[in-house]
Amino acid sequence: MPEITLSQAVNQAIAEEMRRDSNVFLIGEDVAEAGTPFKVTSGLVEEFSTERVIDTPISEPGFMGLAVGAAMTGSRPIVDLMFGDFLFLVMDQLCNQAAKIHYMSGGKLNVPLVLRTNLGATRRSAAQHSQSLHALVAHVPGLKVAMPSSAYEAKGLLKTAIRDNNPVVIFEDKLMYQDKAFVPDEEYLLPFGEAAILKEGRDVTLIGTSSMRQVCERAAILLDKDGINAEVIDPRTIVPLDENTILNSVKKTSRAVVVDEGHQNFGTTAEIASRISEKAFYYLDAPVIRMGAMDVPIPFSPVLEDLTVPTAERVAENARKIVSGELVHAL
Amino acid sequence: MKKNKHNTEFYLRLYKQMTKIRVFEDNANQLYLDAKMPGLTHMYSGEEAVAVGICEALRISDKITSTHRGHGHCMAKGANFNQMFCELLGKVEGYCRGKGGSMHIADQANGNLGANAIVGGSMGIATGSALRAKLQKSDDVTVCFFGDGATAQGLMYEVMNMAALWQLPIIYACENNGYSEYTTTEEIAAGSILERARAFGIEAFNVDGQDVIAVNKLASDLVEKARKGKGPFFIELMTYRYHGHHVGDINRTYYRSKKEELDWKNNRDPIQILGSFLESEGIASDAELMEIHSTISREAKDAVDYALNAAYPDTSEVDLHVFQEV
Repeated sequence: MPEITLSQAVNQAIAEEMRRDSNVFLIGEDVAEAGTPFKVTSGLVEEFSTERVIDTPISEPGFMGLAVGAAMTGSRPIVDLMFGDFLFLVMDQLCNQAAKIHYMSGGKLNVPLVLRTNLGATRRSAAQHSQSLHALVAHVPGLKVAMPSSAYEAKGLLKTAIRDNNPVVIFEDKLMYQDKAFVPDEEYLLPFGEAAILKEGRDVTLIGTSSMRQVCERAAILLDKDGINAEVIDPRTIVPLDENTILNSVKKTSRAVVVDEGHQNFGTTAEIASRISEKAFYYLDAPVIRMGAMDVPIPFSPVLEDLTVPTAERVAENARKIVSGELVHAL
Repeated sequence: MKKNKHNTEFYLRLYKQMTKIRVFEDNANQLYLDAKMPGLTHMYSGEEAVAVGICEALRISDKITSTHRGHGHCMAKGANFNQMFCELLGKVEGYCRGKGGSMHIADQANGNLGANAIVGGSMGIATGSALRAKLQKSDDVTVCFFGDGATAQGLMYEVMNMAALWQLPIIYACENNGYSEYTTTEEIAAGSILERARAFGIEAFNVDGQDVIAVNKLASDLVEKARKGKGPFFIELMTYRYHGHHVGDINRTYYRSKKEELDWKNNRDPIQILGSFLESEGIASDAELMEIHSTISREAKDAVDYALNAAYPDTSEVDLHVFQEV
């Protein structure tokens, strides 16, 4: 089993699906010869030509709209949105059009497209290139939302997304593009709505999306040293959300910390924590702790930016407090 | 103009199609006034020559996208009364099982990718449909209907730029009815709408949108060119909406005069203009045209009765079709 980067995993997933299905094409800014600023799509244009690896002008609503129309008429476009922050530019086409067309047409039309974009702060890119906006789209019925946490998930979830008959938004952590993971030689797909239990434990459940999974894994190691046995769960997709795996874990551990890089207010952590509180209330020994990005625009200065994102140390600290019985407010 | 059997039948078809739209809208308006229709709707009356002139230049596999004022486009692209009225009344037999309503009717079997309640919202979809045709090396053409109000949306310029760069088989059909909701077009559009398209190198044409034969002639010519890869094109069709922005927009003298409305209805009505032509050419008599109107009116009344008595969706359908199950 080779070890490859997340960037290579995404590239492989796109190439494999484009070979398998001639209806799949890639569209976005500088996806062809440039291979995107993160060099994720490098080499695809050589194999599939500019007919299927389409460079666009800097017109996010425009090419998003084109992808919706092409999807409605039989194509399976993969839209490359260079930064997750640009989601605000494509909201009408994504949320008013793509998300609703299947429902509004009574099931007659469908929009099988994938919007690939990214999330993640601490790249020193300031407020308009650092946001993690997955909760925003997860709020809109009709969109599926995948959040791969390593190269393995990135490849398996993207392939599933491309084959899905609905619009899927997949968020890659832009800081993880060079991170390596073992990926099988043979083809594999990862189903949506199935969380992964990465480490079993009995004292506290740490739920982490995207790169916050690694933060939770590191926190679990810190906690082990204190004799606290943490279970770590990666939801992999937040729409659909594998509620059962999360609830079963919390019923066992009676404590949970939910960690995500989106803003904490009205965010992914709020949704997951609220489901735990509603559906596992009598199993809980402590309040469910939410840890999201601070509710400030992401600042540029490294000393400020680093404060805004959950860290393994802070996750471990909060976990210790609820395990010891000391009630705390979240970060 | 040379008369022949083909033209005779074709002209009568244009007349019938326009009459169907007018009659449909009259019934829809009445359903609203009688408080039998949920919500609001936007009447196409007065603009019939635009939809019919263009859609008669298309074949079934050609695509259109439509607008909030979309009943005319649906009918012109082949929709039937029963499913249309059922959709307007939120019934399960409607085009969208009652989930879309007046502003979201889609009829993909006839190539109608759907109306859109976001002004200008379908411009990307239409251009994407044309991109699909080009990728598939199909010679299908897509027509994007939109109003003068939508020319104020940035999306239009983004997608026209790409359509022109990639020579996509699309025709942008701007129905200029003189009003952007409750505001005159002069107040919302600087310069020339046609010149905006020309700035992208797109050939752009202005046509009298009340003259169905002129619209059809221009559209047929452009559709054939677009099939051969010579698109995109842009048409500005000068037309008029008889009703207000929507059926509830009754007291509207603050933005346009009754005199102006009467002038268009009496002197520039697309159905009357074609009717007079048919009579003067000896293609149909006044009595024959009246008969067409009454036949269609009877069909519409039957469809309204059918829709009024049709079933609503089962409440279990409320969370059906959020996602398509794989």
